[in-house]
Amino acid sequence: MTADGLFFYFVAFMTMGGIYAILCLALNMQWGFGGLFNAGIAGFYAVGAYTGAILTSARSASHVGGFDLPIVVGLIVAGILSGLVGWAIARICVRLKADYLAMASIGIAEIIRLIVVNEEWLTNGSLGIAGIPRPLEKLFNGREAELVFVVFVWILVAVTYLVAQRLRVSPWGRVMRAIRDNDVAAASIGKDIQRFQTETFIVGAVFMGIAGALSAHYFKFFSPDATEPLLVTFLTWVMLIAGGSGNNRGAIAGALIIWAIWSLTEMLTNQLPTEWATRSAYIRMLLIGLFLQFVLQRFRSGLVPEKPPELRPR
Amino acid sequence: MNTPVLVIENLTAGYGTTAIVHDVNVTLQEREIAVIVGPNGAGKSTLLKAVFGLNNCFSGDILYRGSSILKTGTANLVPMGISAVPQSGNVFPSLSVTENLEIGTYARAPKNKAHTMARILSLFPDLKDKLKQDAGELSGGQRQMLAIARALMSEPQLLLLDEPTAGLSPAFLEIIFDLILEIRSTGLSILMVEQNARQALRIADTGYVLVNGENAYTGSGTELLANDEVRRSFLGGQARLKSKQSDSDSP
Amino acid sequence: MMEFINFYLIPGITLGSIYALGAVGVSMIFGILRFAHFAHGDLMTTGAYIALMLVWVLGVSPLVAMPIAMAGTAIVALLLDRLFYRPLRELPTIYTVIASFGVALILRSLIQVLWGTEAHVYSPGFQKPLIFFDSLRIASRHIQIISTTLAIAVALHFFLKHSRLGRSMRAVSDDPELARIAGIRTERVIAFTWITGACLAAMAGIFVGLDTDVHTNLGWNMLLPMFAAALLGGIGKPMGAIAGGLIIGIAEELVSYPVLGVSLLSPSYKSAVAFIIMLVLLIFRPQGLFKGRLLQ
Repeated sequence: MTADGLFFYFVAFMTMGGIYAILCLALNMQWGFGGLFNAGIAGFYAVGAYTGAILTSARSASHVGGFDLPIVVGLIVAGILSGLVGWAIARICVRLKADYLAMASIGIAEIIRLIVVNEEWLTNGSLGIAGIPRPLEKLFNGREAELVFVVFVWILVAVTYLVAQRLRVSPWGRVMRAIRDNDVAAASIGKDIQRFQTETFIVGAVFMGIAGALSAHYFKFFSPDATEPLLVTFLTWVMLIAGGSGNNRGAIAGALIIWAIWSLTEMLTNQLPTEWATRSAYIRMLLIGLFLQFVLQRFRSGLVPEKPPELRPR
Repeated sequence: MNTPVLVIENLTAGYGTTAIVHDVNVTLQEREIAVIVGPNGAGKSTLLKAVFGLNNCFSGDILYRGSSILKTGTANLVPMGISAVPQSGNVFPSLSVTENLEIGTYARAPKNKAHTMARILSLFPDLKDKLKQDAGELSGGQRQMLAIARALMSEPQLLLLDEPTAGLSPAFLEIIFDLILEIRSTGLSILMVEQNARQALRIADTGYVLVNGENAYTGSGTELLANDEVRRSFLGGQARLKSKQSDSDSP
Repeated sequence: MMEFINFYLIPGITLGSIYALGAVGVSMIFGILRFAHFAHGDLMTTGAYIALMLVWVLGVSPLVAMPIAMAGTAIVALLLDRLFYRPLRELPTIYTVIASFGVALILRSLIQVLWGTEAHVYSPGFQKPLIFFDSLRIASRHIQIISTTLAIAVALHFFLKHSRLGRSMRAVSDDPELARIAGIRTERVIAFTWITGACLAAMAGIFVGLDTDVHTNLGWNMLLPMFAAALLGGIGKPMGAIAGGLIIGIAEELVSYPVLGVSLLSPSYKSAVAFIIMLVLLIFRPQGLFKGRLLQ
């Protein structure tokens, strides 16, 4: 590979790594600060991706829209819709043990998948939505466009990071992290905590939607097969636990490191003899599944362990 | 002199890494009743839980008939002849009264189960006509009786009671103390923690006043009741009908 | 009317039976180990594939292979507990939920690596249904599935009510600490919970294979209805879970039955039924229909 090729491989890596960093920060808001288990990340991601795709793509005969709206509008609406789904589910589940939310969030992801596959008038079914634009596409093309996009993604990573930091140092954020590891205590504190948890869940869902919309712009085409839903959910979890839940910088580091490992395993499994090559994707899944168990047992506090934010005098 | 049934020796214990009782000593002789009293948060329940392996012991020792039970593990104590009744949540609510009693025999089966059951039910006549009911439907006093009955089903030699009268009406209080005396007369040794100090010391062979997790006064029940200092500091304020509800000691 | 029974009610009871077998394990594990076991569906898949291997290698019928597959799945479950769940036992249970989510992926990708992703059938060919009273048509596999589930339900009832181990399981599910104080060996109860849960899951997985085909997503697709069934029946109430499974299975088939030419829900949204039932439960009656407990 030439130096040039290597550089653009790196750009592509940073683009997807950045999208995952947003997902991971969003999950950190929900789990790291709110103590809420979300097993349906892919659902929120899909809501965002389809919202962005439908709103910003050029008019199409095969499904509703596209509305050819500016990308920023698409991102905002994607966040709002995803946040609404998050609000509905959080309202029902925050008062219950985390396991119930886990079950319900798996359900919401499944329903969203069903809608995406079945409602062809809306999503064009399994054929997917094509012609999704990228920002400033008219001014830049080819490899320059890749660079513009990676910058765009990382601007949004920065925004997500700032929001997550604010949540972290908020009074409720402190309380929540203190009791995250003790669900009995969480249950005894009551309504105010539940409001904070609902809020973190909604804000997390908003950013998951934005990450979904970003990847639709990046792929330029989005269909039910564009991503494996379970993979999105699972990778994000591995990233957060490995990076250190409760810590925003850890979440970003975890996203990049795990995305690097994930990309590396692809190179490794490509070396396998051809009869195994078709199964390489599953070998990679197996490895990442084992990796999660390893991290859970040995590195539970993550690569960048959580440090409580310093108390600043007001 | 015979080996005491239970010796707590310079015990320091607590939850997590926090010690709540410090260097506490308790000795319980065969067929005696030892009562631990003291103000709220003195570490009374913590001490009892330590005997039952439910929290962390940092130093000292606990000897049952001369051998250490520090590392025995909770579930292994029942087969050795030690039974405990925790303060709250001490029955299995979705199991019937009979089933609760049956559970008591699983870890250490009495020689003649039917005989033991009949004997224990004669101590607790209230339970007799509720055998098929779920324990969750019983009143507070009945639950307490069922909890003690369950602990007795294994024919133990040592009974640990954590505030057996907590939350009970004065009428029930008398019944429970009478029962404890009756149980002792069948040959058991009893270690109990009590909030109703005055009545408890009256039936105690030995009393221990625990303050801030340390032994403050030790003596026979009558000695402590007669001790002016103890009376003033720990018994004075306690009216006869005091109905103190809870003292969980836990942080 | 006969069309309703033949094409909606009986398939509904069959599907419900399969859910019921899986939900019993989910409910017991939630009650005793206090976590939602996300890998339970994939234990079903594991059982179905072990049976498939036996059918291929030994040429036996899947029903003959069933006991061995159940034993195999039980061993897998005990191993999973040992390797992945037990080390996390002292932590808040949500960590075990995360671990089980990972285990689901491990099991599935292992099956995909070993057996590939194509769907398989236990025995090819079309089974002629049995016909009763001229118009009641039941496939023999449906009779097998429904009657086995019925037998399991009866056996389970007596086991929980009258056996020592069954009562100990209910006691641990009620209050694990009190159970330890009463001298119950909780680790043994936990091991037995895994064995029962895994055996029933394997059975359910094989039944799915008999009814349709064996594929790697077989169990994962059933996870949501199984959770819903366990919630419906009340956590820690295995008999409730059986009822819950039947209700959800029947409901899923019935929503697409056309009443006056209109069906309530298009068949492609069948699996949404479980989710809707679950949400309604969580809003109005999280302890389930049958006086189950609400875990905190």
